[in-house]
Amino acid sequence: MNQLLQLVFNGLVTGAILAIAAAGASLVWGVLRIGNFAHGDYMALGAFVAWALNGMLGLDLVTAAVAGIVVTALFAVIVDRLALRPMRSRGLTSVFIVTVGISFVIRNTLFIGFGSGARTFSIDQSMVYLVGPLRVAPGQAITVVVTAVAIFALGWLLAYTNIGRSMRAVAENSDLAAVTGVDTDRLASVTWLISGALAGLAGVCLGLVQGTFDANMGAYVLFLLFTAVVLGGIGSAYGALCGGLVLGLVMEVSTWHGFAGGLEPRYKLVLAFGVLIALLLVRPQGIFGKARLL
Amino acid sequence: MADFSLFVLATAGIYTIFSLGLLVQFGIAGLPNFGNGAFMAVSGYAMAIGIVKLGLPMIIAAPLAMVAAVLFGLLLAIPTIRLRSDYLAIATVAAGEIVRYLALNLEGLTGGAAGTVNLLGPGQAADYNFEWLRLQNWMQDGISHLFHVRAKPDLAFCCIIWPVALILLAIVDAMVRSPWGRVLRAIREDQEAATALGKDVFRCKLQAFSLGAALAGLAGLFLAWQVSTFTPDDFKPTITFYAFVIVILGGKTNVWAVPIGSLLFTIIFSGTRFLGFWPLSLFSSGDKAFLRLILVGLALVVLVIFRPQGIFGNPREDAVET
Repeated sequence: MNQLLQLVFNGLVTGAILAIAAAGASLVWGVLRIGNFAHGDYMALGAFVAWALNGMLGLDLVTAAVAGIVVTALFAVIVDRLALRPMRSRGLTSVFIVTVGISFVIRNTLFIGFGSGARTFSIDQSMVYLVGPLRVAPGQAITVVVTAVAIFALGWLLAYTNIGRSMRAVAENSDLAAVTGVDTDRLASVTWLISGALAGLAGVCLGLVQGTFDANMGAYVLFLLFTAVVLGGIGSAYGALCGGLVLGLVMEVSTWHGFAGGLEPRYKLVLAFGVLIALLLVRPQGIFGKARLL
Repeated sequence: MADFSLFVLATAGIYTIFSLGLLVQFGIAGLPNFGNGAFMAVSGYAMAIGIVKLGLPMIIAAPLAMVAAVLFGLLLAIPTIRLRSDYLAIATVAAGEIVRYLALNLEGLTGGAAGTVNLLGPGQAADYNFEWLRLQNWMQDGISHLFHVRAKPDLAFCCIIWPVALILLAIVDAMVRSPWGRVLRAIREDQEAATALGKDVFRCKLQAFSLGAALAGLAGLFLAWQVSTFTPDDFKPTITFYAFVIVILGGKTNVWAVPIGSLLFTIIFSGTRFLGFWPLSLFSSGDKAFLRLILVGLALVVLVIFRPQGIFGNPREDAVET
């Protein structure tokens, strides 16, 4: 039982990271019709900027993390201006290919700039808090708090602010939104700012939870993000939040020995990709999405 | 330098066959297959397992391996090929990653992360390549005899792969110009219109996808023969995007630009490995591997944004717009 509780907790931690990253990816997908193959690498960028300040220069983790988030957010806006805005009138596949190219550039620049060894943030990795039956690592504790705040902040932003309402309007029907006077260029920049900030935060949290990370960290989770995005219905930020949490839970809990001995942990990713393909076949609109022809 | 050119030529032959498959799927039929590397993996592993574990002769194992690649293609395509292009791209890349993770983790079947050397278990040095090398040596001796030169193994490899590649290019070129090819283009441009004209869209897409899978499978065999031992990491998703660079470079429906694109790509890609002049001399050999991938990424971004029809392409037909 305790093992199951622990797995549920671990699943929620992983799921929360996937949720905030996937929400950013889904937002961009919905508002701008851009499926971002570089989203995982934006996460890695955030983690490495934070690591450069924290691990190399010895700044405290909070300052480093904030810097990582800000740099990633600005970077996302700049990439949009340079490479993605010229692609606005083009089809989904060609935009996909451009973002694949961007992901190659980011990932390998990180490798050249920071080396290919495993990196760690300077927190005490050996410490464990005991909360009831749960064993909670410091990185997990930070992640739980920070992602919870981020999830509620994003929910509030989308529900109650003008910019959030514009985003949802554009995602729902972009022509109608443009007719009613939504400034799409400004909206694009704000969307990328939010998406980049969430990716940077998710990257720092993933680095903290994993303990060690390298520039491939984003590439490893990219398809988990896509799975979460598709689970929640492409374009729906709320859906992606739920999708991320569900996916994190499913992956961890599937290893519980109560399920016919449990899945071997190394097949967790195969399970997730299987879920993705199955979803695309059976319910491409996601668990909450309205049925429509795709 | 001569060794380097032959290596480039041999590798470009493999990329030509591989990219030709992507050209049919992506360029002609409009099916963005982001997991094409997996088909190389399936056929490479199928052949290696067939030879090492089942003791099949190469002449039987190789065609069976291509059949395996096509079957895997059908398995993936039958349920997914009706999807919109962005969903198809994600589904194919996920399928490719499943293949790679399974190859990494099913050590009993594939030898795991160490690759095909471990097919019979650790420490046994399994070899699937002896029959190929016999053929290649026979070719090498033949050339040496005929032209009174000392031929290198890479030259013999080229003398086998390039005739095959050229024949395939001619066949695919004829197919693309045939009524079948025109139907595929029509489907790419407007699926509803093609359906309204009574064309079986699903079947045509399936045929195009299978042809691409077969070509990727054949490229996987040549890759396996060239390297003599391979690992799951030789089939990372990046390899599919090399083919995308090549296809977009030449113009996405331009069959005869594929070998030129492959040669250009391999010269630049391998050149960064072997050449040492400034500014390449600033990078260690490990960093050069990353530099190469940065160049591939930049090529994709710059080509698709500024020259979507490629170097030789016709903007109306070959532009990557969809």
